[in-house]
Amino acid sequence: MFEYILRLLPALLSGLEVTLKVFFLTLVISIPLGILVALGRLSKIKPLVFLVELYIWVMRGTPLLLQIVVIFFGLPIVGITFDRFPAAILAFVLNYAAYFGEIFRGGIESIDKGQYDAAKVLGFTPAKTFTRIILPQMIKIVLPSVANEVITLVKDTSLVYVVGLGELLRAGKIASNRDASLVPLIVVGVFYLALTAVLTAVFQKLEERYSYFQ
Amino acid sequence: MILSVEGLYKSFKGKPVLNDINFQLGQNEILAIIGRSGVGKTTLLRCINNLVKCDRGTIIVDGMYLCKDDNGSTTYAKPAQMLQIRKKLGLVFQNFNLFPHMSVLGNIIEAPINVFGASKSEAENKAMELLEMLDLGDKANAYPFELSGGQRQRVAIARACALNPKIMCLDEPTSALDPELREGIALIIEKLARDGMGILIITHDMNFAKRVAHRIIFMDEGRIIKESSKEEFFNNIENERIKSFVMMD
Ligand SMILES: Nc1ncnc2c1ncn2[C@@H]1O[C@H](COP(=O)(O)OP(=O)(O)OP(=O)(O)O)[C@@H](O)[C@H]1O
Ligand SMILES: [Mg+2]
Repeated sequence: MFEYILRLLPALLSGLEVTLKVFFLTLVISIPLGILVALGRLSKIKPLVFLVELYIWVMRGTPLLLQIVVIFFGLPIVGITFDRFPAAILAFVLNYAAYFGEIFRGGIESIDKGQYDAAKVLGFTPAKTFTRIILPQMIKIVLPSVANEVITLVKDTSLVYVVGLGELLRAGKIASNRDASLVPLIVVGVFYLALTAVLTAVFQKLEERYSYFQ
Repeated sequence: MILSVEGLYKSFKGKPVLNDINFQLGQNEILAIIGRSGVGKTTLLRCINNLVKCDRGTIIVDGMYLCKDDNGSTTYAKPAQMLQIRKKLGLVFQNFNLFPHMSVLGNIIEAPINVFGASKSEAENKAMELLEMLDLGDKANAYPFELSGGQRQRVAIARACALNPKIMCLDEPTSALDPELREGIALIIEKLARDGMGILIITHDMNFAKRVAHRIIFMDEGRIIKESSKEEFFNNIENERIKSFVMMD
């Protein structure tokens, strides 16, 4: 049994690598993009607000799987082609930036308007007001929702199988079919659990780090 | 005169809130603006601190035009000049609006360093001096949520003082304070005035106005209906609206 698992490991680990790549790249790009989405949504420029709302509606109103399929299989029909991996990342980033954007918008809107007044009378520019006053308070507010979204992302990464990327779940399924065994799927499950456990701990630490103010 | 307001008008959605406001404030002077709830006191303070734009009017802060009325069309100072004007104005909000994620010291040094380019040590020295003066020396590293209402208010005063303003505006400075703290804030305000600031206090606390102000302006329905020295104000109140307001207290 133990030996069987050891034999499975190389394939599963290379699947895990793909999963982690999709996960981290999506996070690193979609979080800053989400801030821009939130700012666009909150801006006073009406056409921009409309465009951002449309974008959010489409991204949240259709399945992520469909978005991946459209980008990888659909866009080539109109002459835009991506490799598998960039296509997957693009779909994930667009989708997650919309969700993060809405979370950040909620966080920004829940900050007392008096904070803007205080910053203004002290001479802060809008940019400084955002980075020095609003952003740190927003982060504290949105951390629990972001943690949720990040855990969801870990599991969503399994969707990249559809463009033929060999991520963790796919590696497990292949081994399971080949060996007619449940074990690979259980090992895959344990991997996901370990990942989400680590992330939960990281976010707990972050929330503690932001508990110095109220 | 360190502040003068001439022909100031402001309305919200067509509803007039400030109606031809004219007054001046001198150095070393404590001026209290009193009146019922909703007569436009806070709005006046917000106009003076450029948190809302007036419909028309002229506001001169230490010789600089914050806004200037030219036969009905009002122009505002350009951003660079506005920053210079802001430096001359301090505002203590009714609910203080401290930055919750910054320590007491952080709240005070933030603008001097990040807006006006002071060095960290310079800003910190000045901040500690202010905190000592306000009896908060031991709270420099505390966060706003750890402070009492009276302490938060003094931090807000220190933050406003850190830019060496010429005019200090306080919105309802006694609403959250017990009588002892009220006397404390009166002493601080008097010291700031002695040291050269012009102080503009908005309050409906008659006793506090009586205690601390040199001059009193009574506002009703967006207008100034009486302006006089404190002594004269309280010694002969013939206007019925003022009488009922003063008696209420
Ligand atoms: N941003 C705003 N939009 C619309 N109306 C406003 C706004 N700010 C103030 N008002 C209205 O202007 C009037 C004056 O308000 P203001 O806050 O200046 O009164 P105040 O004299 O400070 O009252 P209080 O003593 O209760 O603080 C009120 O009728 C208020 O509803
Ligand atoms: Mg008010």
